[in-house]
Amino acid sequence: MNRFGFQISTARSIDLDRADAKLRQRLLEAVPSYRYCIGCGGCTATCSAGAFTDFNIRKTHFLFSRGEVDKLSPTPMPDVDLNKCMLCGKCTLVCPRGVNTRGLIMQMRQLLVNKQS
Amino acid sequence: MFSFFVIPFCLGVVALLVISILKYYHWIKQFDRKQQALVRRNILSWKFVPALWEMFRECLLHWRITKHHVLLGYMHRSLAFGWFLLIVVGFVQAMVAYPEGHHFYVAIFFNYFEPRSTVSGSAAMPFLAHLMDALLLYVFSGLTLAILKRFWSKPLGMKRTTRHNLTDRVAKGALWCIFPLRLLAEGATASIYGNGGFLVLAMGRLMQQIGMADPIVEYQFWMLYSLALGIFFTLMPFTRYMHIFTEVFLIYFRKMGLRDSNTKSGYTLFELSACSRCGICIDGCPINRELNITDIQGVYLLKAIRNKDVYNRIEDISKMCMVCGRCSTECPVGIDLEPIRRQVRAEHVKEIDRTEGYQYLKSVHSFNAVGRVAYFGGCMSHLTPSITHAMEQIFEAAGQSYWHMDGEGTLCCGRPLMQQGLVKQAEELRNLNRRIIKKSNATMLVTSCPICYQTFLHDYKLDIPVLHHSQYIDMLIQRGKIKIEPSGKRVTYHDPCELGRGCGVYEEPRHVVAAAATLLPTQEERAKSLCCGFNLGNTSIDSNQQTPIRDAALRNLLDPNPDLIATACPMCKKALTHANRVAVEDIAEIVAKQIKK
Repeated sequence: MNRFGFQISTARSIDLDRADAKLRQRLLEAVPSYRYCIGCGGCTATCSAGAFTDFNIRKTHFLFSRGEVDKLSPTPMPDVDLNKCMLCGKCTLVCPRGVNTRGLIMQMRQLLVNKQS
Repeated sequence: MFSFFVIPFCLGVVALLVISILKYYHWIKQFDRKQQALVRRNILSWKFVPALWEMFRECLLHWRITKHHVLLGYMHRSLAFGWFLLIVVGFVQAMVAYPEGHHFYVAIFFNYFEPRSTVSGSAAMPFLAHLMDALLLYVFSGLTLAILKRFWSKPLGMKRTTRHNLTDRVAKGALWCIFPLRLLAEGATASIYGNGGFLVLAMGRLMQQIGMADPIVEYQFWMLYSLALGIFFTLMPFTRYMHIFTEVFLIYFRKMGLRDSNTKSGYTLFELSACSRCGICIDGCPINRELNITDIQGVYLLKAIRNKDVYNRIEDISKMCMVCGRCSTECPVGIDLEPIRRQVRAEHVKEIDRTEGYQYLKSVHSFNAVGRVAYFGGCMSHLTPSITHAMEQIFEAAGQSYWHMDGEGTLCCGRPLMQQGLVKQAEELRNLNRRIIKKSNATMLVTSCPICYQTFLHDYKLDIPVLHHSQYIDMLIQRGKIKIEPSGKRVTYHDPCELGRGCGVYEEPRHVVAAAATLLPTQEERAKSLCCGFNLGNTSIDSNQQTPIRDAALRNLLDPNPDLIATACPMCKKALTHANRVAVEDIAEIVAKQIKK
């Protein structure tokens, strides 16, 4: 179960030398509306998969666009977490900024698989 | 009886036959197991009779196009049926003249080989000659319309026409030349011998007057006519004109029960070539109408697959579609475009289509629902709780015990995955849901979401009845389980794509609305209903592109000035509610408010 809320985040830093900015660039080219995301987390709050698991879209797309792809998955399969998405589309409907979140997920999965192969 | 000018025609016919037979053989070999079994079982069955009727009705008379637009239908019919009759009557002429038999090309070039038939032949000859001329005139009327359509398509009911590639255009040029050249060739013969029917004779007199009554001129016109035929026949298997024969086969296979599978099969190859690229699918497409994107419609998808276009281009074409199904209902050939689109999408997402993600759903417990109705609200109903609440009220009013299957957590039915070509993932999700439904022993499955309804009905193969809530409420009203007091509100009804075109449910929701309020008709409804713009089929559309599609649907619904807009889909409700001065309610909500206590 994903406990969505305002918990205190632990301190962390992004290693810019290891971050892969290309992925964000490709994602923005494929899903231009991702530019408008304000990180409100509405998508995560409504997520059908998030009701059963700790799947968190906001966290996933943040990690992805920061290039911290290795933190996305505990297994060698990079999109194993995104695989939980059922594409039901609730996230797209609640997004206040009109981000095409389903397209975002499909693209992230494709990019992660492409990157690995 | 031979002349050198028959050679281009004969070569064309041989090329057409050899290439077509090789192609069809190759495609039939690619049928999958299920398709092969169906062909083996049904090839000699009575299904041939209705197939024959449909072949006559659609390949020659073009009945579905006529229903779409009378003049457009006339154009296609005059070219197809007119030419067909010209060939048939040509063979009759040759048979009357040579009862002992003849070379097959004699029938095509009859007037050249038998110039004295109308003068000194049997009594039937002048009649047949006049008939041939009347038929040629019939073809000319269609040809004139075809040329008009090329430059000004609106009178023929088409706002946009298909953009063709070079080979298609060359073949079309050859086709257009065939009939005028035939008249000129026959006219040249008539100018010397004075034979033929009313049209040919008039042409002959004219040519005589301008001094063209010369055997050399005659020979050259016949040569040009034969060349036009030869070029057209040779190009036919490589152009859209392959549809002429392929549609015949497609109709027969469809009557045998063959359908598209999840991967490209031999049947798909028949469908690809049966598309005549008439372009009727373009005008109805919401992506064309509202976004002016004119290269992704069904005709271009089939064309791109058949011509093996660049990988990325096919991907873009296949993705930019709402899957609203309007094109499939309008296709005069009856090609089902959704499975073909899904096949292409599946090809492009096959790397990410893996089944390990949904194990968490195993923790979802079933419920002992013996004697109860399982109610599946659908994901979107979690964003429109008024619908599920109304359904609960209706169940209670009808005294029906129910089990709200996805009341706690949202289970997805798997259709959104299916639409994107994630076939394996969708199958996994279906298996998990099927297990939950089977274990519950519920007597019936009622769903509020047409997307779920479509897949529960077509893909799950459940052994209990599956109903959309519009059908369920209609049933309750008819059986007198609930009594409704009409409110007198004027209501327009929005047909959800998945419910109407997807499952053919048009009448039940209308009965329900008519029982609770006054139903107003709209301009574009039933099979012509407009997509609300939020159909889940498209993952590459942006919200700023969705809104014009939604606004078009709203304009249609608001036109009769209603007090309320009714729909039967939580997604459509959500889409239409925004930016709208009139309230939007699901039919369940409308009914729940009007139940007599």
